[in-house]
Amino acid sequence: MPARCFDAQVFSRTQVADSIQRLTVRWPESVPLPHAGQFCMLRCWEHDEAPLLSRPISIHEVWPTGNDEPICQDGEQLDLVTFLFEVKGIGTEQLAALEAGDFLQITGPAGNGFDFSELDAGAKVALVGGGIGTAPLYQTARELAARGIKADIYYGFRDEPYAMEQYRGHFGTVRVATDSGRVGFHGFVTQMIKPEEYDLVLCCGPEVMMRRVAAMCAEKDVKCLVSLEKKMACGIGACLGCTCKTASGEGKSVCKHGPVFDAKEVFA
Amino acid sequence: MSDLRVDLLGQVLPGPVIAASGTFGYGIEYSEILDLGVLGGVSSKGLTLNPKYGNEGERLLETPSGLINSIGLQNPGVRHFIENELPAMRRALAGTGTAILANLGGGCIEDYEEGCELLCATDVDFIELNISCPNVKHGGIAYGVQAESAKEVVGRVRKVCTKPLIVKMSPQAEDIARMAAACVEAGADAVSLVNTFQACAIDLEKRKPVFNNIFAGLSGPAVRPIALRMVWQAVGAVGNAVPVIGLGGIATGEDALQFIMAGATAVQVGTANFADPAACQRITAEMDAWMDKHGVKSLDEIRGCAR
Ligand SMILES: Cc1cc2nc3c(=O)[nH]c(=O)nc-3n(C[C@H](O)[C@H](O)[C@H](O)COP(=O)(O)OP(=O)(O)OC[C@H]3O[C@@H](n4cnc5c(N)ncnc54)[C@H](O)[C@@H]3O)c2cc1C
Ligand SMILES: Cc1cc2nc3c(=O)[nH]c(=O)nc-3n(C[C@H](O)[C@H](O)[C@H](O)COP(=O)(O)O)c2cc1C
Ligand code: FES
Repeated sequence: MPARCFDAQVFSRTQVADSIQRLTVRWPESVPLPHAGQFCMLRCWEHDEAPLLSRPISIHEVWPTGNDEPICQDGEQLDLVTFLFEVKGIGTEQLAALEAGDFLQITGPAGNGFDFSELDAGAKVALVGGGIGTAPLYQTARELAARGIKADIYYGFRDEPYAMEQYRGHFGTVRVATDSGRVGFHGFVTQMIKPEEYDLVLCCGPEVMMRRVAAMCAEKDVKCLVSLEKKMACGIGACLGCTCKTASGEGKSVCKHGPVFDAKEVFA
Repeated sequence: MSDLRVDLLGQVLPGPVIAASGTFGYGIEYSEILDLGVLGGVSSKGLTLNPKYGNEGERLLETPSGLINSIGLQNPGVRHFIENELPAMRRALAGTGTAILANLGGGCIEDYEEGCELLCATDVDFIELNISCPNVKHGGIAYGVQAESAKEVVGRVRKVCTKPLIVKMSPQAEDIARMAAACVEAGADAVSLVNTFQACAIDLEKRKPVFNNIFAGLSGPAVRPIALRMVWQAVGAVGNAVPVIGLGGIATGEDALQFIMAGATAVQVGTANFADPAACQRITAEMDAWMDKHGVKSLDEIRGCAR
């Protein structure tokens, strides 16, 4: 399904932690709802304003998913899509200044997302995230929960975890590690997870972390899906700026064939 | 509504805006974003005879009002294009008059010739020959720099090319007017310019160039005034003989009209597609609005009027 490009209205925007923002938009009915692991190119500045390129941000939450209580406004049921992002520079700074009622341009849904269609209800799944890489894993956990799968969560943060309250209740065990030891386990997520306990490991975070998790999974012959990050110009497979090398030597576009790949395909 | 149609070498295009090579995929990606039927054409990603992975390392860098890219002609090869992407392009453009330009890059002259022969056996409307690629036989200097080497490659390709042949010029050409004249003498039916400008960036933390090839191509609004000057020169040199297609940094209808007033027959839009995926359609509408407002009925009325 080729991506669309449309203006969406901000439903809410809140600061979750130091430099971490939560942005919820009203998703238009005419556009298919996105899935866990997909992303959108966001832009809330004019085409002739800096920065030149729109910014890729993952889907953090789609409401409603599964049996979620629908949210209604003026008798109308709303489809809400939330992004969780870290303010890094000129693009995300402008996104962080959006207020309810403002409009932004969205190109998407883009990418393939996490595919867990082959999992049966009893499957054991682990979600491993690092820092802002945890963003796409929340909707992943929600879609898994809607299929009766309570995923175990392993998240690593530098110092202070964020956006964790929402994991209470619906999911499997939640384990948090911090580099500083301030909260949870003092160390890296890779020291907490035992891949052999799982049928599938889904991972998003810094590349060093994903490579380590992928290697641990490969050792125990556990399937591992990773979500890659690359600079992107078009976000829809047109510019070939985001190519990654696959095991066969063939180049694949992270924005179109990914961002989610089987770790074996992209980490040789 | 003004008449925005353009006659390009006998083919009537629905609009003056052609999506530039390498920035619009094969058009298919944009099929749900804009009405492909308003475009004059879609230029394919640069094709080479054999598949190419493209460059390793960084491929994109934003600069003020610009973009530096080092894609390195990643493409599936001419044969794969003919069997897969071309039919998909045709399907996406079915029922429109939007032309398909097969943008052909190459390493050596023999590859250009063979690629061109294969493409001429298909239903593509135009061959757009990209001569900005490194020329192995001429010591790594691009065909697009010296008029003499351009003449050689264009002449050889002309012999096997049965389609209208557009030669896409590099802004690195030593002398734009001479280069345009050389391409036309060698048999080009039209020229398009400009391709990207050779540029460079250095990563302070790594104390190394950002791009593995050190130099990479700059495009976007930053280059527009220089591109316009070069299009002006090309029109001066060959405009009486062949159509000139102008591009480089066009992001609005007003930008596009400047190229038309400089004498361009049609324009192409590249980098602007990234800032606004519907740019080609918006720019066409903005040209239309300006013309309406100024009582201009067709592009012929204003083409070259600034000269
Ligand atoms: C598929 C995908 C999904 C993403 N999802 C999220 C998300 O859910 N939440 C989130 O906070 N971030 C996400 N990112 C990263 C986000 O796109 C970048 O942090 C953002 O583009 C930075 O823009 P900026 O203008 O604020 O920073 P800039 O001023 O452009 O740069 C600040 C720093 O960010 C780096 N950067 C710039 N663009 C990218 C990029 N595309 N990817 C990685 N680093 C980049 C720069 O190299 C620089 O070090 C995602 C990236 C991709 C490719
Ligand atoms: C990411 C990217 C890829 C490109 N790939 C090609 C290519 O394959 N062949 C080609 O002839 N030009 C290629 N170009 C050049 C454009 O077609 C165009 O000539 C140039 O970018 C100037 O126009 P613009 O400023 O409107 O982008 C590419 C440009 C960009 C930004
Ligand atoms: S960002 Fe353009 S192809 Fe992926």
